[in-house]
Amino acid sequence: MLLSVEELERSFGGVRALDGAAVQVARGEVHGLIGPNGAGKTTLLNVVSGLFPPTRGRILLGGDRIDGLPPHRIASLGITRTYQNIRLFPGLTALENVMVGAHLVRPGDTLRRMFFLPSARADEARARDAALQLLSRVGLRERAHDRVSGLSYGDQRRVEIARALASSPRLVLLDEPTAGMNAAEVQAVAAVIRQVATQGQSVLLVEHNVQLVMQVCDRITVLNFGKVIAHGEPAYVAGHPEVIAAYLGTAA
Amino acid sequence: MSDLASFFLTYQSLFSFIGLNSLLALSVYCTLCCGQLSLANAGFMAIGAYAGALLTQNAHAPYALALLAGALVPALVAVPLGLPVLRLRGVYLAIATVGFGEVVRLGFVNWSYTNGALGLVAIPQKTQPWMIWLALAVVMFALARLRGSRAGYALEAIREDEPAARSMGIPSTRYKLSMFVAGAAIAGLSGALEAHLTYMVAPNGYGFSRAVDMLVYAVVGGDAVFYGPVAGAAFLTVLPEALRGAARTLGLSPGPLRMFVNGAILLGVILFLPNGIVSLPRTLRALRLRKASRAALG
Repeated sequence: MLLSVEELERSFGGVRALDGAAVQVARGEVHGLIGPNGAGKTTLLNVVSGLFPPTRGRILLGGDRIDGLPPHRIASLGITRTYQNIRLFPGLTALENVMVGAHLVRPGDTLRRMFFLPSARADEARARDAALQLLSRVGLRERAHDRVSGLSYGDQRRVEIARALASSPRLVLLDEPTAGMNAAEVQAVAAVIRQVATQGQSVLLVEHNVQLVMQVCDRITVLNFGKVIAHGEPAYVAGHPEVIAAYLGTAA
Repeated sequence: MSDLASFFLTYQSLFSFIGLNSLLALSVYCTLCCGQLSLANAGFMAIGAYAGALLTQNAHAPYALALLAGALVPALVAVPLGLPVLRLRGVYLAIATVGFGEVVRLGFVNWSYTNGALGLVAIPQKTQPWMIWLALAVVMFALARLRGSRAGYALEAIREDEPAARSMGIPSTRYKLSMFVAGAAIAGLSGALEAHLTYMVAPNGYGFSRAVDMLVYAVVGGDAVFYGPVAGAAFLTVLPEALRGAARTLGLSPGPLRMFVNGAILLGVILFLPNGIVSLPRTLRALRLRKASRAALG
């Protein structure tokens, strides 16, 4: 297993947002994380990416403990993410945002730039090309030089996906990547997600669009009130009585 | 030729102060460019000025060594100071750094070795104008080349959204500390240069108002690009000289007029040019475009 989340607990005051949740993501797998509002999906992503530490439990990446590490360390170990409430750098262009995302894979060049070394220029050109290629992959090549604050909601989400992929992470956490998108844009994102998986990278996908989840995910974990109520392949999860009950409510 | 030469001779000290104030504005820019509002640089300037002056005056050290110490000593102080205070955000960081500046000032006031509040006098005059301009050129060059580098992108990301930057793998504390230390070194260097230009240092020259002056240069000029603070420092250093003539013709005393105009300019820039006076051409162009498009639409 690439990512193994075990008995994860996280409380906020008296609220237990995660109550023994467990998720396993294999290499090259697209793993869906679904559940009703307030089930703890985003909290799980926040804890895995190091935004805040777990109250209890373990998180392993490739067999090594990563729980409690600061976010930049976790990113350098190979986990990047997008945010439910888009957190791009609004004053920068789409291209610049993606280049920031490449921080971990771009060689340090500050001193070399001071002396105009050709290698620094080559590194910069390579980083720029890679970022442009990523923008093409999400279909935003012609928007590369636009400030992201002027882009549409759906375009901003796609820039965020490109930014998260820029460091070639082992695992990408996508938090509602298609919220606010039209059907065509959703299909474009679905294609990008599948393509990421075929390259051997893994995706942990939080999404409300159940159709998309069924379409792109290899396996799905369903959370409710911070606990796992079902996990398995899409067809199995979709027919699980507890999942149906959680989504539709039980008959009184 | 003689006209130009006499112009430079007449205003030589003014040009030196433009350079020094530009360096100070850039020292503030170092922290502003990664979103940190620090007011510690007057304190660092004091440390640099005293370190340099004590070396030349008491130890008769070569001037280059004194300048080096003027930059290095405050940089060394900035490391242990920065580690805890850079955890603070926004106004809390500003307050903590104001506190540091006051501690430094009061420390020198009470230090008998440096003559307390009177400070050091008769410091050898070793600063040549070209030294100031060379230092400014080097700092501006370094900041210009920082733009577009990996570190430059990281700093912009930290300024825009620090938690998001961290989740891209950017160790934000290290970057913020580096720029805090760089700002301290630049402020200290200009302190040492100034001490050997004006022959004297006294603790009260490095108080709160000095810290605010530097910040105002950077904000009025524009803190989005490295040349903004230089433009702001040059503008606000020349302004009182220009006003002196205006005040004379109006029959006013120049002091109050200067404060009034400074305040009005700061207010105007904050309200109408949030990116400083260097953004004036772009703002005017946008205005003209809007006017033209409105005319076209009838």
